[in-house]
Amino acid sequence: MDALTTPLLTGTATGAILLLAAVGLTLTFGQMGVINMANGEFLMAGAYATYVTQQVVSSTGISIVVAVPVAFVVAGLLGLLLEVSIIQWMYRRPLDTLLVTVGVAMVLQQLARDVFGAQGVPVSPPSWMRGSINVFGYNWPHRQLFTIVLALAALGALGALLKYSSFGRQIRATVQNRDLAETMGVSTRTVDRITFFLGSGLAGVGGVAIALISGTNPTLGTTYIIPAFLVVVAGGVGQLKGTVIAAWTVGVLTAFVTNWSSGSWAQVITFAVVVVFLQVRPQGLFIVRTRGLA
Amino acid sequence: MTTTATDASEVHDAEPKAPEPTVVSPKRSSSAADLVRTYGSLVGIGILAVVLLVWAPSSLTVFRLGNLGKYCCWALAAVGIGLAWGRGGMLVLGQGVFFGLGGYAMAMHMKLEAAGPGNVPDFMQLYGDGTMPWWWEPFRSGPFTLFAIVALPAFVSFVLGYAILKRRVKGAYFAILTQALAVAFSTLLIATIKQTGGFNGLNTFTTFFGQNLYDPAVKKNLYTIVAGLLILCLLIVWQLYRSRYGELLVATRAAEERIRFLGYDPANIKLVAFVVAAVMASVGGAMFVPIAGIISPSNVGASASIMLIAGVALGGRASLLGPALGAIAVGYGQTTLSEQFPTQWTYFLGGLFIVVLLFLPFGITSLFPRLKALVSRP
Repeated sequence: MDALTTPLLTGTATGAILLLAAVGLTLTFGQMGVINMANGEFLMAGAYATYVTQQVVSSTGISIVVAVPVAFVVAGLLGLLLEVSIIQWMYRRPLDTLLVTVGVAMVLQQLARDVFGAQGVPVSPPSWMRGSINVFGYNWPHRQLFTIVLALAALGALGALLKYSSFGRQIRATVQNRDLAETMGVSTRTVDRITFFLGSGLAGVGGVAIALISGTNPTLGTTYIIPAFLVVVAGGVGQLKGTVIAAWTVGVLTAFVTNWSSGSWAQVITFAVVVVFLQVRPQGLFIVRTRGLA
Repeated sequence: MTTTATDASEVHDAEPKAPEPTVVSPKRSSSAADLVRTYGSLVGIGILAVVLLVWAPSSLTVFRLGNLGKYCCWALAAVGIGLAWGRGGMLVLGQGVFFGLGGYAMAMHMKLEAAGPGNVPDFMQLYGDGTMPWWWEPFRSGPFTLFAIVALPAFVSFVLGYAILKRRVKGAYFAILTQALAVAFSTLLIATIKQTGGFNGLNTFTTFFGQNLYDPAVKKNLYTIVAGLLILCLLIVWQLYRSRYGELLVATRAAEERIRFLGYDPANIKLVAFVVAAVMASVGGAMFVPIAGIISPSNVGASASIMLIAGVALGGRASLLGPALGAIAVGYGQTTLSEQFPTQWTYFLGGLFIVVLLFLPFGITSLFPRLKALVSRP
């Protein structure tokens, strides 16, 4: 039983982080065609925001609660800054945004290295997060449970926003057909900026979870960006349903393969599975249908 | 059925401003201006050949020549990237994998050569139990190694390219998948320390096909080989660009759907460019090993692949000489500046990506046609 539950539970927690990292990617890619390689660095920004919050608010219990909105806003503003300063000039060349954001990621990583040092800085979890609960003989750390709750809450909020608010309708309209949305009076420029803010902010929230589970370090973003992109590729762009399923699957698959052999084989096998999966569904799990050419 | 995003990328990735100085059908090259356009880049290759093969060996020290040789290895990979990305529109972010396939094939052969017949490489006794994996054995043979340097990347890129391109997965998806391949490849190498030397990679070679690697004359010859290979690859690409295939490739980049409606299979067209690019990267990697004396996961991973892309972007992805010159420039910057100013170098490299792609998406070489237009304006 242990051989099943352990990877299943840890994998779900990994999937939750991947989900937070991938949501921003799938939104910006689906809506604007922008491939934001710096999204991993927004995770890092969230993690460092958690650290800084803990330095300011000494009580670990309160600081984590404060850190979540702080990380959201910090990472979100970074994303907004990226959009306003660079991305908005490149909407006609989506593939180039990938490389530009690679450059941004390099700069942000080096910035973190200069400000916080090349070594990671520790973030201590509050006392109520140090324990673990027993699930079928496996002591499941509270931190992982917290990660999952955090991811589900953030996703739930985003999902509700997309589904029920008028702003969410504007986002969905822009994803489905930008020109038509504009014709209907939607300011797609504003929508783009807010989407960027939201997506980056959610990555920041993911950073809080990462800080609690594995601490912070300047290259943390690079560890998550490729799996997160594989999630987007497998899940299909521009919607949440596929991203959730793909994130969970990739997380659990990674955990199982890591359990059986090693973490490096997990990467190879995840990659192979995604390539094989694309043979069946080249555009991912779910597709936002439009009347374009195939 | 597709998303608006992929639609957009397909239409707009081919900027109308893209300078295409070399693409001209030979039939129309009657006037002098057309002759210059067709063969002008050949003159460029000629100048580069004189600089690399005549000037450099006679005036540079052996050490600097070795460094230049290393940049030429990267330039070989860059020429391939120029073909796949600049002309074919496929952003290949994992060329380090193919660089590594060639590099590791060559390194395995040289390791076995250093160990002597019947013996196993030193690191396998150090980390493992002194037994050699079966797939090392064929690399004892020099001809097999040379065959593998071409066949291995061709096979891998064909299988991967076929799987991805035939399903019409393109644009960013393709880029991400190639980068994921690079990440997986380098982590796998790090994990298999007993078989591939792990993080340290393969190093401490003594001979290259029987030649003593410490002999300055051999070093010079190695440089001559790699510089010659670079010129050869440039000539191949020059011929490809002016052939019917080259025009088809550019057409596929500009409007894949139209090419499909004209009865071609864009996947095949792109697949050829991808495989050729992979083989060029592999040859570069194979030459890198005797010149640099090492191949390790850091030479083949995601960031090494990004470095290659940086050179191509700087030089000019769609031009003939741009990728090679850019790769040499970035390689030079990497070795000289990154040791003295590691921090500033990272900022510089990041900034380079931002500035070049924001303001000069077709690289430095795209400035020349513009300048020419300015000068010739009455």
